Amino acid sequence: MALLSPTDQDKLRTAFDEMTSPVRVLFFTQTLDCETCVQARQILDELPPLSGKITVEEVNFVLDKEKAAQYGIDRVPALALVGEKSDSRIRFLGAPSGYEFISLVQALLLVGGRGTSLTPENLARVASIDKPTTMKVFTTPT
Amino acid sequence: MAFANPLITAYAVEATEFPDLARRYHVSGVPKTVVNETIEILGALPQDAFVEQALQPPA
Repeated sequence: MALLSPTDQDKLRTAFDEMTSPVRVLFFTQTLDCETCVQARQILDELPPLSGKITVEEVNFVLDKEKAAQYGIDRVPALALVGEKSDSRIRFLGAPSGYEFISLVQALLLVGGRGTSLTPENLARVASIDKPTTMKVFTTPT
Repeated sequence: MAFANPLITAYAVEATEFPDLARRYHVSGVPKTVVNETIEILGALPQDAFVEQALQPPA
């Protein structure tokens, strides 16, 4: 999904209007040897024009290894969504195309102020986790 | 879930871009979720079932 249609842009603009706080998208990339980095950049470029609350900050994976390590990034392209108060600990590995773009939009809305979609029971169960936990969801572009 | 608990980090991984990861976690169909390197959830589950499986203690 390199370019959004005007209709899609409008829909997204409306969806992003509900955001109440800013979200920084840290985009980890490198200049050489990364075809999908270019693709990711093109997709991400579509977002800030649709919402004043979304910013994309490019981090050079090769030159800024410290920042990459800080966010637990070991490969590119990768995204880290950072909310107003803290890191959301939501990461995307690979260019967010196809269904992943929808996931990205939902994640932006979540970090930007939309309430959780977890039921109160599930929220309580998730809150009871007391050790560092990783969840990796594998998808393919469709 | 990552947003709800600071101890949880969630990664959405595009499997075709990182075949080494797809191999490491034996991803043959998507979506596939791996929790803490040990719990595997195949497919898209309704929220309650997903949370229950993700939070089960390691076998």
